[in-house]
Amino acid sequence: MTNIVVLVKQVPDTYSERKLAETDHTLDRESADAVLDEINERAVEEALKIKEAGEGEVTVLCVGPDRATDAIRKALSMGADKAIHVSDEALHGSDILATAKVIAAAIGKVEGVDLVIAGNESSDGGAGAVPALLAELLGMPQLTYAHHVSVEGSAIKVDRETADEGITHLEANLPAVVSVTEKINEPRYPSFKGIMAAKKKPVETLTVADLGLDAGEVGLDNAWSTVSEAAPKPPRTAGEKVEDDGDGGTKIAEYLVGQKLI
Amino acid sequence: MAEVLVLVDHVDGEVKKVTTELLTAARALGEPSAVVVGAPGTAGKAKETLASFGAAKVYAAESDDAASYHVAPKVEVLAALAEKTSPAAVLVAATPEGKEVSARLALRTGSGLLVDAVGVESDGTVEQSIFGGGFTVKSKSTKGAPVISVRPGSVDAEQAQGAAAEESVDVPAVDAAKAAKVTGVEPVVGGDRPELTEASVVVSGGRGVGSAEQFSVIEGLADAMGAAVGASRAAVDSGYYPAQFQVGQTGKTVSPQLYIALGISGAIQHRAGMQTSKTIVAVNKDPEAPIFEIADYGIVGDLFQVAPQLQEEVAKRKG
Ligand SMILES: Cc1cc2nc3c(=O)[nH]c(=O)nc-3n(C[C@H](O)[C@H](O)[C@H](O)COP(=O)(O)OP(=O)(O)OC[C@H]3O[C@@H](n4cnc5c(N)ncnc54)[C@H](O)[C@@H]3O)c2cc1C
Ligand SMILES: Cc1cc2nc3c(=O)[nH]c(=O)nc-3n(C[C@H](O)[C@H](O)[C@H](O)COP(=O)(O)OP(=O)(O)OC[C@H]3O[C@@H](n4cnc5c(N)ncnc54)[C@H](O)[C@@H]3O)c2cc1C
Repeated sequence: MTNIVVLVKQVPDTYSERKLAETDHTLDRESADAVLDEINERAVEEALKIKEAGEGEVTVLCVGPDRATDAIRKALSMGADKAIHVSDEALHGSDILATAKVIAAAIGKVEGVDLVIAGNESSDGGAGAVPALLAELLGMPQLTYAHHVSVEGSAIKVDRETADEGITHLEANLPAVVSVTEKINEPRYPSFKGIMAAKKKPVETLTVADLGLDAGEVGLDNAWSTVSEAAPKPPRTAGEKVEDDGDGGTKIAEYLVGQKLI
Repeated sequence: MAEVLVLVDHVDGEVKKVTTELLTAARALGEPSAVVVGAPGTAGKAKETLASFGAAKVYAAESDDAASYHVAPKVEVLAALAEKTSPAAVLVAATPEGKEVSARLALRTGSGLLVDAVGVESDGTVEQSIFGGGFTVKSKSTKGAPVISVRPGSVDAEQAQGAAAEESVDVPAVDAAKAAKVTGVEPVVGGDRPELTEASVVVSGGRGVGSAEQFSVIEGLADAMGAAVGASRAAVDSGYYPAQFQVGQTGKTVSPQLYIALGISGAIQHRAGMQTSKTIVAVNKDPEAPIFEIADYGIVGDLFQVAPQLQEEVAKRKG
């Protein structure tokens, strides 16, 4: 039986305009629709596949404000078994290192974890760092940026694929931390039955204190780094738009010559 | 002057361009020390390039383990060196691996982690470009010397002579229960075209290109212009072009002098990877395509008519 924890994050929808709050330069969560990050749907899918190939249990873990329950429900409706939601005002403005410490402490609440599956990078912070930090904190090997995962007994093999490095074949023993890329699978849609079942699945809500952490270790004021200035870039404006009359290519060439680009 | 540790990004000792950018950025903060982690013999191969971009020291951390375990050896070596040298900052490339190494290092040293910087100032403050270039922020570490990952292609590399005094350092033993073993590598084959993040011109194709074969239209124009080829996620997902060329939020971020988008609608996630380009030219048969909202020059038309004609014009001008 493989005991899997999947890390899911609620993020502002990338289809809407994303902003930083003017007061403290943290993510303005009110200005955009909040969704389960697409990459985390793929993480859930991969966990479900591993579970379905043998036996296992999938726990969804999310650190985020109260409304992140929507993201958790979605993961449960896809087929995950239960969830842990760490929600605490004190977490507002936490940096990556604090976030990872909180997640690691919450993983510690699940007994006998074999596999932690995360997305490779979130679509808001995009640090690509939480999975590696968890490997460091939990003392597990990291097999990240996976576009293929296979688990056989206590051995795990991953094909890591990145645009910079190409493909790296990785092997380790469980327990391990995996992160997935957007090319790994196509996540399933929750079925009606799944959506109904999700309403009854257990969600444990924990605070920072429940995790045995001190509020003085997390949040904006205790971050290891700070944003000193933030400014929106002036939006680009549309330039000239011309209908092609059979000379569109020539017209572009003339424009580029005018701009000294060719 | 305080040391600044720079993790050398290399393939078998061949130094990647981003390393020369890191060394340049490091000189604003102190005296750069290049850290080479790899199989025995790696540092020797890298040394000349490191010297010509101002590395005062070269720490050679060489062992078989260093090459056969993933990420962990680099973290161990940098953590040991950070302890020994108390650097003003540690600079690492903001590649997937570099971001992982820097994160774990920051945790070890208890310092602030600054991710994907596009500029580094002399006091260790960095500039970051977030939400696909929609916001610019300045951040700094509040505890300890910052560990900074720097976005490839964001700093102009400038040569400077450095002594590159070599010093070999131990690679701490790797605990096999805590690190993944590398059992094989298939590096990306670069080809003859410029690297996407480094090119001054990028020609990209989208779903409108229609097939893998027809991507030759994009490649033809790119080659005439000495450009890199890019693709939208729809083009990649449809199998028209390999994933390593994807531009956008979940692909590469490019900021060339000129970006030409052909058969790309201009979805917000694509724009996130290219809207900081200096000049944008778009060709799309749909006059309402959102790409035109950010294009400096747009042609409403069929890319299969427009691109070959543009290619011919470019070739003519090159004579
Ligand atoms: C634009 C922006 C820039 C930032 N830059 C910095 C910076 O330079 N330094 C710094 O210290 N902090 C920074 N932060 C804060 C940082 O993003 C947050 O602390 C965040 O909670 C964790 O980082 P990430 O989302 O980038 O993680 P990533 O490492 O990109 O996330 C990868 C995966 O980890 C899992 N995961 C991440 N967060 C959670 C969560 N809350 N709950 C469950 N699973 C999760 C998910 O599976 C996710 O797919 C930044 C935030 C923003 C919005
Ligand atoms: C979390 C997330 C991350 C994403 N990340 C990325 C990313 O990194 N990069 C990315 O690109 N997308 C990304 N996307 C997908 C994005 O939303 C769009 O679906 C994608 O960019 C569309 O690609 P396209 O413009 O090629 O295709 P389409 O939107 O289908 O547009 C094709 C265009 O071609 C035009 N066309 C057709 N034939 C011709 C012709 N003969 N001549 C001229 N024009 C023609 C059409 O008018 C149309 O405008 C992401 C989405 C999500 C949800």
